[in-house]
Amino acid sequence: MSSRSESEVLEAIERRRRRPHYKLLEEHVTLSHGAGGKATHALVETIFARAFDNPLLAPLADAALLAVEGGRLAFSTDASVVTPRFFPGGDIGELSVNGTVNDLAVSGARPLWLSAAFVLEEGLAIAEVVRIAESMAAAARRAGVTIVAGDTKVVERGKADGLYIATTGVGVVPDGLELGPGAIRPGDRVICSGPIGDHGIAIMVARGGLDLEVDLESDTAPVHELAAGLLAAAPGAVRCMRDPTRGGLATVLNELALAAEVAIVLDESALPVRAEVTGACEILGLDPLYVACEGRLAAVVAPAACDAALAALRAVALGEDAGVVGEVRAEPPGMVVLETAFGGSRVVDMLAGDPLPRIC
Amino acid sequence: MTRGVRPAPMRFVDEFRSGEVARRLADRIAGLTEPARRYKVMEVCGGHTHTIYKHGIEDLLPPEVELVHGPGCPVCVIPMGRQDDAIAIAERPEVIFTTFGDMMRVPATRGSLLDAKARGADVRMVYSPLDALRIARENPDREVVFFAIGFETTAPSTALTLLRARAERVRNFSVFANHVTILPAIRAILRSPDLRLDGFLGPGHVSTVIGVRPYRFIAREHGRPVVVSGFEPLDILQGVYMVLRQLAAGRSEVENQYKRVVPDEGNPAALEVIAETMELRTTFEWRGLGFISQSALKLRDAFADWDAEIRYAVPGVRVADPKACQCGEVLKGVIKPWECKVFGTACTPDRPIGTCMVSSEGACAAYYNYGRLARRAGREPAPA
Repeated sequence: MSSRSESEVLEAIERRRRRPHYKLLEEHVTLSHGAGGKATHALVETIFARAFDNPLLAPLADAALLAVEGGRLAFSTDASVVTPRFFPGGDIGELSVNGTVNDLAVSGARPLWLSAAFVLEEGLAIAEVVRIAESMAAAARRAGVTIVAGDTKVVERGKADGLYIATTGVGVVPDGLELGPGAIRPGDRVICSGPIGDHGIAIMVARGGLDLEVDLESDTAPVHELAAGLLAAAPGAVRCMRDPTRGGLATVLNELALAAEVAIVLDESALPVRAEVTGACEILGLDPLYVACEGRLAAVVAPAACDAALAALRAVALGEDAGVVGEVRAEPPGMVVLETAFGGSRVVDMLAGDPLPRIC
Repeated sequence: MTRGVRPAPMRFVDEFRSGEVARRLADRIAGLTEPARRYKVMEVCGGHTHTIYKHGIEDLLPPEVELVHGPGCPVCVIPMGRQDDAIAIAERPEVIFTTFGDMMRVPATRGSLLDAKARGADVRMVYSPLDALRIARENPDREVVFFAIGFETTAPSTALTLLRARAERVRNFSVFANHVTILPAIRAILRSPDLRLDGFLGPGHVSTVIGVRPYRFIAREHGRPVVVSGFEPLDILQGVYMVLRQLAAGRSEVENQYKRVVPDEGNPAALEVIAETMELRTTFEWRGLGFISQSALKLRDAFADWDAEIRYAVPGVRVADPKACQCGEVLKGVIKPWECKVFGTACTPDRPIGTCMVSSEGACAAYYNYGRLARRAGREPAPA
């Protein structure tokens, strides 16, 4: 038996968590490496971040901010491998555009130009490629971006599952805008622009095999209007924005809590979750906090600007369910804590397992 | 504020999670405790453990009441040797190995099923053994094996799948049976000299199958109250209240808190299909608890054609748990998860050493993922 007290054990764990030292021990890539949680961090930080080591990449943010003559560019990229390719509320094409647009938007940038690279499997119906391209064009129009470059590769049958899309995007960051977890302070409010978990559950149901009938659509959408509205309504008061995708709201809030060395305390009764998502999660043993969104924005704002921020989000159709879901506190640093509707509290840690691969 | 998102309370969920009712129940529990007395109540089932941490139930209990986590986590009790056998079957080129998701990450001698999958094994996650049977029908040129685990709760679905496989003459399907029974494990814990328990929250879902009568020996021979309890947070609180009420009155009986789901006599039809397809093994190894006689099920001879243990020569070697791992003590409730030497350091949910850190029903994973709040260290009362 250990001679340490419970509080000593917990403090030791927190010390380790606060200075994560990711190790990649596996000999092969597993699906966990793609889940967006700890294994993904280990893969990215020990291989790619180390190999490409440079100060622009180092923050591992949604987009890199590049100083050029006359301003700053935001630069980001995203790969889409979702299955099925068509699902209620969207398809892989729309998702691939929104994914990059959202990474740029939450970095504070106005998204402008995209490139798209396609890996097509031999045998894929041309009609399907047309449908996906049209869907991408519509998504680009909605987000106010132009797809200005591309590449196409075809691989033999069986070497890819239909098609994969990689998009890369560039946007312009307004002068003087500084966003990042470093600005987060105790007392700040955490805002979420709408219900969480819609995309993940919609995909899971669309896969079939679960015999679940759920009337639910993916929330895939561009959040650029939400981000722009928020920045305009609360100038200087928006600390940081994220779009919770893989790993859900819990994962992005953990990243913020760790980077800012603060606690984020969530109020379970204030978490926006549709009844359909709650029900499916109950049946499948999932926690909506970890289920992917594809059209939501999470923001940390100064308390004084909270009402203005909420009003700005609710003024956009996509943000009409926006609400405060939690607040920032000093203790315990680096942790996300949920105050349960039941009257207890619990930790909300980074995701370790993988609920389902290929959701985006 | 979340307009339109939660239009109505979710029936059968929200009414069992009312914070207001919880506070009233907590007050009544506190009213039943005697000062300076400590109450150790074991929740037998891993589902209970999960609920307790997920909803922060310990925050609502007076410090005199301690919940001790029991052995009823089906993933946790599978010994490493069986997991090695499972991986050996999964790595055969003709096999599609189907398993519940939790088992994918359980470490064995050479990594987990997830690692075997990355090395090339065809391992697929299913939610039901019937999904495995469907995969067998869809892949007539492959051999589909279902990794059957669980207590009496999941054994009936395995049994029904076997009956269907036989009726439909699906020959490329077999079951690697690891079903265990809860009563021998409770008996082993009651005999354990290093643990003093005052009462039990009986497993709710197991009891839907076996009913409440089989627990009578706990009340009669061992003088401990048993309250079969459900899995919502209010179920747990009410179960604790009912155990304490018995203790206060000096009673030891089997009571049923989960009447909305558990009939006293269980489910005779489910018991019948289990008996038709499976029989008790002479002995079976439990992780950390060692060999327990008549504590697990194997397929009957009539189903030998669907028995993966007969179809595939598995290594069948008993493998000792890693030295540092104290899952056995955790499963018996002898130590708390945080008291294990490797808890949270060498053993974490993303790199588990022991099974208790893998399953969402495992005490270590539940405590690590949900319960790791330092302020709780302050609620321990001074030893009485």
